[in-house]
Amino acid sequence: METSKPLLSVDKLSIQFGGLKAVSDVCMELASGDLCGLIGPNGAGKTTLFNLLTGVYVPTEGTVTFNGHRLNKLAPYKITRKGLCRTFQNIRLFGELSVVDNVKVAYHSQASHSMLSSILRLPGHFKGERIIEEKALELLEIFQLQLYKDEKAKNLPYGMQRRLEIARALAGKPRLLLLDEPAAGMNPKETGELMELIGQIKERFSLTVLLIEHDMHLVMGVCERIYVLDHGQLIAHGTPEEIRNNPLVIEAYLGEEVS
Amino acid sequence: MAIFRRMNGFFGMMILALLFFFIMQYIITAGIVGSFYTNMIITMGINIIIAVSLHLILGITGQFSIGQAGFLAVGAFVSAIMTMKLELPFLLSIIIGGVIAAAVGMLIGIPSLRLKGDYLAIATLGFGEIVRIIFLNMDYVGGASGMMVTHKTTWGWLFLWMMITILVVRNFTNSTHGRACISIREDETASDAMGINTTYYKVAAFVIGAFFTGIAGALYSHNFYFIQPANFNFLKSFDILIFVVLGGLGSLSGTVIAAVLLTFVTTFLSDYPETRMLLYSLVLIVMMIYRPQGLLGTREISSLFSRKTKGGPKDGNQQTIA
Amino acid sequence: MEFIQQLVNGLSLGSIYALIALGYTMVYGIVKLINFAHGDVFMVGSFVGFYAITFLELSFLPALLLSMTACAVLGVLIERIAYKPLRNATRIAALITAIGVSLFIEYGMIYIRGAQIEAYPNDVVPSANIDIFGVTVKSQSILILGVAILLMVLLQIIVHRTKIGKAMRAVSFDADAAKLMGISVNNTISVTFAIGSALAGAAGVIFGVYYTRIEPLMGILPGLKAFVAAVLGGIGIIPGAMVGGLLLGMIEALVSAAGFSLWRDAAAFVVLILILLFMPQGLFGKNKKEKV
Repeated sequence: METSKPLLSVDKLSIQFGGLKAVSDVCMELASGDLCGLIGPNGAGKTTLFNLLTGVYVPTEGTVTFNGHRLNKLAPYKITRKGLCRTFQNIRLFGELSVVDNVKVAYHSQASHSMLSSILRLPGHFKGERIIEEKALELLEIFQLQLYKDEKAKNLPYGMQRRLEIARALAGKPRLLLLDEPAAGMNPKETGELMELIGQIKERFSLTVLLIEHDMHLVMGVCERIYVLDHGQLIAHGTPEEIRNNPLVIEAYLGEEVS
Repeated sequence: MAIFRRMNGFFGMMILALLFFFIMQYIITAGIVGSFYTNMIITMGINIIIAVSLHLILGITGQFSIGQAGFLAVGAFVSAIMTMKLELPFLLSIIIGGVIAAAVGMLIGIPSLRLKGDYLAIATLGFGEIVRIIFLNMDYVGGASGMMVTHKTTWGWLFLWMMITILVVRNFTNSTHGRACISIREDETASDAMGINTTYYKVAAFVIGAFFTGIAGALYSHNFYFIQPANFNFLKSFDILIFVVLGGLGSLSGTVIAAVLLTFVTTFLSDYPETRMLLYSLVLIVMMIYRPQGLLGTREISSLFSRKTKGGPKDGNQQTIA
Repeated sequence: MEFIQQLVNGLSLGSIYALIALGYTMVYGIVKLINFAHGDVFMVGSFVGFYAITFLELSFLPALLLSMTACAVLGVLIERIAYKPLRNATRIAALITAIGVSLFIEYGMIYIRGAQIEAYPNDVVPSANIDIFGVTVKSQSILILGVAILLMVLLQIIVHRTKIGKAMRAVSFDADAAKLMGISVNNTISVTFAIGSALAGAAGVIFGVYYTRIEPLMGILPGLKAFVAAVLGGIGIIPGAMVGGLLLGMIEALVSAAGFSLWRDAAAFVVLILILLFMPQGLFGKNKKEKV
């Protein structure tokens, strides 16, 4: 594969809800192996941008190209299967399913056995299920959730639910992982640990990561490059140092603490 | 080894089921119970098949269908046409009834499963009514006065189809395909984002459910001496809904228990239909307010007997990520 | 002329649907619940009107008012007892409860008074045939239409010109924000149920006067069709329910006129499914995106 081609390139992406342009003319490029941050004040359109990338919303204009494929108008599940997986800002686990089953669901698209072989309990079913089980347990171990594997997801403490969300997203075999405020609601210690974990899995699974985060301090600390969104528009992008000194960014965050 | 253990459990269950079958067969053929109770047992079995079908659609996949009576009608009338008009063998007629019901299910499911929650409920109710009105206007099946059907449903046929239904639904549920369906019930957006083809699985659950409801319809029509479109109005759909709701949305064994229980109640209150409906309605309301998860919730009866310590540690060991 | 005759019939039927549909749409707009029992409130209204006319020997207007009052009380009771505890429950739980309430009212009625059919007396309102440009119109048709339009205008005034109307609109727009503004959400919801049920009660009496035959399960089908009308007009939108109701009445009349009267009941459901599939927001609705 050519290294010069970006993994994700977003060109003039826009979406309009009624009269409101929630995201307008956003262009961005992510190279393989990047760890990028996406920041911006409340209501800047960060999550909307994620929803556009993952196919939850269909853009009114613009294109998303991922790994050489045009993603426009693809159903979300097809985009996921191309290797673009996400977590949700407001945790969306399958609450009634056990922790391990949450991860297994995400392995479904890699399952080798058909519906018929499951219904008839053919050997293919047992083999397929065993593979999924092994993979899922392996992943839970990395996230140190293996002790809670039979617990219902909804009964997990908050911090673990956040971790499970990331584990579940990883099961989709992503090349690009979109994390929507992964540290929301965590204390500084938990946040620090989480960031370390993100760094580890990024290396281990050779991921590209794009993360939305409110905590400027945190983003500045881990991200190599940062995009800043305000009122649906990209107002700056660059290294943490450049962003820190960008007058537009400071203005957008006026009244909020910029560290 | 794990497979062997699983197989042992499976064969154990099968032997128990066969034992149950022969005991019941003896009780019925030896005339220990009269036709009243025999009929109740047959109705119970039919209701179990119907309830387990809706359990797959509503309890597992979370798709609110209140048009099940429509599929029941398709199975009942199609199979009756097969045996009465075309004089095909009973088994073949049952299967054709199921297959046509499944086809109707697919026809209805593909467009309407784009709808969610209340809207899907109303749309399926509408489809169920349309099916009934179509049969009502078909002179070929006797219109409103209905058609005569020979009694062919025996305990043997019933038991066979009941076991097939339960096994298929159970095997489907306890697999990656079933998990995909449960994930749709839990959170459709997240399920989609995890790479699940949600439309495919919603339609699949709907079609499988429609198939077995059609089978139940075939057994139903050949248990009575005649069938009328009026037997399949939406009150019937509500009856079916109550089985699944009472048993616990998402619990197969709960659904079966509820079907048995409610058939009992219905049989003994058959002379007081309004008391029965009054009771049903109260059960629905009180249940939703005080125990919306139903008798068993999403649990299975087997989990009540298993060790309580199953699951992760409740205390201590609170590990954090390094 | 036969055709226009049918349209007039359709308009009468449609205005009954419209009155019921208003209750559906108001309740849905404010608590996002399909109040399945609404058709049964209509039935109760019809019976209250019947007993008021036959036993209390009231004339049309007092009977109408009595029925509306009784239904308003019934609506509030239903809301307080069955729906209020479920306000934060899942949609499925709420819908199942609504189905339960509906069955409870129907079979409660049968339990109390039996399933037999009653007939409204013929002389509740003066009956005459009025000839307009060669079309014979029953005086009852004009009465139905008149009462329905009057009530709809009244409703519009309540919703747009009064304080409680403003509260209703605020709660349906954003219940939490309305609460913060000092609006009593509980009371507003109760008032919405009361008004919607009163309209259904009125529809019940009008139905009785026009079609004469009433029975405890009479509310099911008109109830479902009124719901279709509400969806047709765009659920949650008051003028939409009126137009939807009238339109549906006309569609049914035309299907009957075309010689497919046995298919009449299917027509409403076909309309429903077509609307849900191709125009789920209805004729007057706005498209909404789910928030992720």
